[in-house]
Amino acid sequence: MSLTSKSLLLVAALALAACNNPRPGGDFGGGGADGFGGGFNDGNIQTGMLGDPNDPNSIAHFQQRIGDRVFFTTDSSSLSEEGRATLNAQARWLTANPQFAIVIEGHADERGTREYNVSLGERRANATMQYLISQGISANRMRTVSYGKERPVEACPEQRCWDVNRRAVTVVSGGRTS
Amino acid sequence: MTRLFLLLSVLLAFVAAHTPAMAQPLRLQITEGVIEPMPFAMPAFVPENSAGSQYSDALARVVAANLTNTGLFREVPRSAHIARVTSFDASVSFSDWRAINVQALITGAVEVSGNRMTVKFRLFDVLSGQQMGQGMQFAGSTDNWRRMAHKVSDSVYSRITGETGYFDSRVVFISESGPRGNRTKRLAIMDQDGENVQMLTDGRSLVIAPRVSPAGDQAVYTTYETGSPRIALTNLASGQRQLVGNIPGAMTFSPRFSPDGRSLVFSAARGGNTDLYRLDLGSGQMLQLTALPSIATSPSFSPDGRFITFESDRSGTSQIYVMPAGGGEARRISFGSGRYSTPVWSPRGDLIAFTKSHAGRFHIGVMRTDGSEERLLTASFLDEGPTWAPNGRVIMFTREAQGGDPALFSVDISGRNLRRIPTPGPASDPAWGPLRP
Repeated sequence: MSLTSKSLLLVAALALAACNNPRPGGDFGGGGADGFGGGFNDGNIQTGMLGDPNDPNSIAHFQQRIGDRVFFTTDSSSLSEEGRATLNAQARWLTANPQFAIVIEGHADERGTREYNVSLGERRANATMQYLISQGISANRMRTVSYGKERPVEACPEQRCWDVNRRAVTVVSGGRTS
Repeated sequence: MTRLFLLLSVLLAFVAAHTPAMAQPLRLQITEGVIEPMPFAMPAFVPENSAGSQYSDALARVVAANLTNTGLFREVPRSAHIARVTSFDASVSFSDWRAINVQALITGAVEVSGNRMTVKFRLFDVLSGQQMGQGMQFAGSTDNWRRMAHKVSDSVYSRITGETGYFDSRVVFISESGPRGNRTKRLAIMDQDGENVQMLTDGRSLVIAPRVSPAGDQAVYTTYETGSPRIALTNLASGQRQLVGNIPGAMTFSPRFSPDGRSLVFSAARGGNTDLYRLDLGSGQMLQLTALPSIATSPSFSPDGRFITFESDRSGTSQIYVMPAGGGEARRISFGSGRYSTPVWSPRGDLIAFTKSHAGRFHIGVMRTDGSEERLLTASFLDEGPTWAPNGRVIMFTREAQGGDPALFSVDISGRNLRRIPTPGPASDPAWGPLRP
């Protein structure tokens, strides 16, 4: 974790008296994984202010209105037109909110072997990051991590679940500083 | 863990004087043909003192289970036995064993004093009425009573099949719990038969895909404890652990030991590209082995250390390649339909086991090291990650039924004898360790 994101996190934590995450499992990042570099199940509670989704500068707006994730076809890391549109909007938000750092999590569905899927997830996270860089977001604000097939967002052993598990999730790490 | 001192000593030299002509020796050829399991009898071990009696039945049960689980042997149950073995040194009434169609008779004895025990056995070829090989004895701590039964099993298996055994070996694996979307995964170790499970990590960090060192004293695995994939090296006896193979800015995973245990080969992913690296564990020196804009992962050394097989999608889909262990030109060896993954070189050096996915199904298969003679051994919704028994006869792997939890299974390289390995809960990523000394 960079010093900047660490201090952002601290500020966010201090700014909040309490924040009840309405979704179980600490799904702050939307992907089921945490984006703060602490790893899963490490006992840390991450606290961040989601804000009002009607506030275009809130994390809630980023997650709910813009969309924090893009999807991929089987064994591919190519961004779809829809995915690029989502990332364009993410880039605009990130440009408007330069105080936030992000972690891009790459994920794969369960229809591949474990280690290959770590590579595939890395490729998806990287494709997402490269696109955001092409939209003017500084690489210094971004970090990638691949979870392979370890953290499906939907558990059903069917195509409809695999389709949403092949994803890259942009996790806004840090609260607003002002 | 108590260190086991196994004393192998010859109890009785076989006196050949009274056997005029050697009949056809008791021998089971493990071939590709259909095998009629060899009937054997394993009476309770004769307790040589009162303290030994608590192990007399248990030792026999472990030996019988080991042999039965190979699919090569069939136990003639004790209820059918006519002769009673009450003395280890008494002569064997072969006619009583022939009458119930036993071909191999194993007799044993056990003596316990304090926390030390001595286990002996003899193997008899019932049809020819002869002892097969010499009697043997194993001595050690009572904590290791199962290991002594495994040693007996290995000796019996080896004498009858002519192959090395695999019963006194352990398997490192991932023990799973919790919801699918947020699994808790712990590094664990157990005996090959699923007994003596010990957790090696506490589950706070996601861990995947372990491997055991050639000497069986260490394990490597991928951990997310830093928030990103990293390689951990752990001493199985002391629990001492360190992160190794750091490449700044890269995720590192998929570690494998070289046959001499002195180096690791592993994957590093960055910039959308995964390459293989080699790490000298003594000096910390790293060498990049592949440099292509594609995925190269799941490596495995040939047992002589000269080659590495791995998977790469450089052709467009994941396929299996072989390259020199120092890097260099890689040769593709898989050409069938579907995707090929997780190649693992057999301990004998003659075969490569792999995962294949094709038409929505997953298979464990084997091929020769030049890619010829591919044979699929299993088929299911999700089979993956083969690991070889130390004798190269059995493969263990992860199977996940559609909508079910992952579990460990084993199958013979003949494709027969598919078995589920009992584990306390969902389990994945088995890594079979060596035969223990």
